[in-house]
Amino acid sequence: MATSGAEPRCAGLQGGSEDARPEAKAACTPSEIMAAVAARELKDGEVVFVGIGLPNLACNLARATHAPNLVLIYESGAVGAVPERLPVSIGDPALVTGSLMVAPMTDIFQYFLQNGRIQVGFLGGAQLDRWGNINTTVVGPYGKPKVRLPGSGGASEIAVHAKRTLVIMKLGKRAFPAEVDFITSPGMRYHGTHRRELGMPGAGPIKVVTDRCIMEPSAEGELEVSALYPGQTLESCQAEVGWPLKARASLGSVEEPTAGELKLLREVLDPKKLFLKG
Amino acid sequence: MKGKVVTMKEAVASFVKDGSTVVIEGFTHLICFAAAHEIIRQKRRGLTLCRLTPDLVYDQLIAAGCAKKLVYSWAGNPGVGSLHAFRRAVEGAAGALETEEYSHFGMVARFQAGASGLPFGVLRNYMGTDLPRVNPNIKSVTCPYTGEVLATVSALRPDVTIVHAQRADAQGNTQIWGLLGVQKEAAFASKHVIVVVEELVDEKVIRADPNRTVIPAPIVSAVVVEPFGAHPSFAQGYYDRDNDFYLAWEAISRDEAAFKTYLDEFVYGLPDRAAYMAKNKGLAERLKAKPMVCGGVSYGY
Repeated sequence: MATSGAEPRCAGLQGGSEDARPEAKAACTPSEIMAAVAARELKDGEVVFVGIGLPNLACNLARATHAPNLVLIYESGAVGAVPERLPVSIGDPALVTGSLMVAPMTDIFQYFLQNGRIQVGFLGGAQLDRWGNINTTVVGPYGKPKVRLPGSGGASEIAVHAKRTLVIMKLGKRAFPAEVDFITSPGMRYHGTHRRELGMPGAGPIKVVTDRCIMEPSAEGELEVSALYPGQTLESCQAEVGWPLKARASLGSVEEPTAGELKLLREVLDPKKLFLKG
Repeated sequence: MKGKVVTMKEAVASFVKDGSTVVIEGFTHLICFAAAHEIIRQKRRGLTLCRLTPDLVYDQLIAAGCAKKLVYSWAGNPGVGSLHAFRRAVEGAAGALETEEYSHFGMVARFQAGASGLPFGVLRNYMGTDLPRVNPNIKSVTCPYTGEVLATVSALRPDVTIVHAQRADAQGNTQIWGLLGVQKEAAFASKHVIVVVEELVDEKVIRADPNRTVIPAPIVSAVVVEPFGAHPSFAQGYYDRDNDFYLAWEAISRDEAAFKTYLDEFVYGLPDRAAYMAKNKGLAERLKAKPMVCGGVSYGY
């Protein structure tokens, strides 16, 4: 949907080992492929609760390509934002200029989010577990943390209320443990109980976009590989995850970013590589 | 046009006492650093500081020893990383800083309940997260109409809320545009409100555009005029967010000695915001907003 088959494509991930293609000239970075893959998940006309960083790039890439009518809502209150520069913070003044509406935060959380007006929410974090629960609060015990992270912000309620959430996170053993140290934003199951039984209106993390694969929850709510990026194997993903990662019987494939998508990301959306670093 | 207009020194001396519950709100936009600096200069102690995003402003108050407790929902340097004084206080010896943690929606609901004169706020939230396990003030209620169990948070009633704004008249009729955050809710929830403005305007300017008034005079205790009082935060239409400062803060706040030097030089060493601007040469020119004036509307009948 997002791409046209005729366009030239990038030649796999930089820095890969078994998947590296030395003859390729224009390789793309993990951040670039994650932003491009996430962008394709957005449908034109949807109302999206946007975060800073890769979610913002994904939304603005979608807006510049297949989804010109995407409505971007930032928790700071900007609705229908059309930022002319890359927002460094969630409350950048460029989100206000030219937007369709500036709502107080009471309206954002009650009328938009709690009242079911948000189709897609983006989440990410320090840790994500096999049920899609996300930790942005502490590494280690809450009362005596090894690392104190920023906390929920609006993530916890986005995870509850958005019709569906998309997670963007790079794979890694520490980032994908079997169990997170603290559940900030609920995934598919909370200590065994499915989110539906807990009364959460949204469908939860229906896709996790990583730098090697896409994961989706099984009927039970366990994240499993649903599609592999070019050059990746199930084993290369399993090595980066702290639980026995399963794969769907029939795996989808992911098209690499097109030259057009990469040009937009690199030259228009994040020319200083603030968020496309790695 | 004296009205309620006082200096920052007078406003803080009158309304921010040792042990007060203090709110300096503003979601990224209109964060009143000038007021925080004056609180630090007046060496207030034992404060309970409430804010959705503690931001650099509370990191400075924590580092200066003003805070006893922090009530919040997201403690980071937006787009950059950590608040290091906060982290040192929380990761270090137990009891250095009490904390009470919510999500944004929880804090919004607390302010709204306070502003509405209700004992608690209701929200459909917190199922499936560990937040209620570490914050016993997040409770629940059963809806008498549907039987649904909903989350509750207690009303927040600060002793004083400090709001930065683009303009107000001398009585405190305050107009804000751009991101509104929870400025209105925090002000209505509070026993006292200090409004700090970029510009003091005549009442007829307010009357010409009443829909833009967010905080009305009857709830305002003091009006302070301090242009650029929100730097390194921003004031839409006046000056841009100083993203370079937020980026540079990472190195300053990471190093306790550098943090202390910053406070000595830019807070204790200066009397007020005018002196701060004089010391930060070129700042006003660098961040000055380009005009993008709206068309205006007719209030005629």
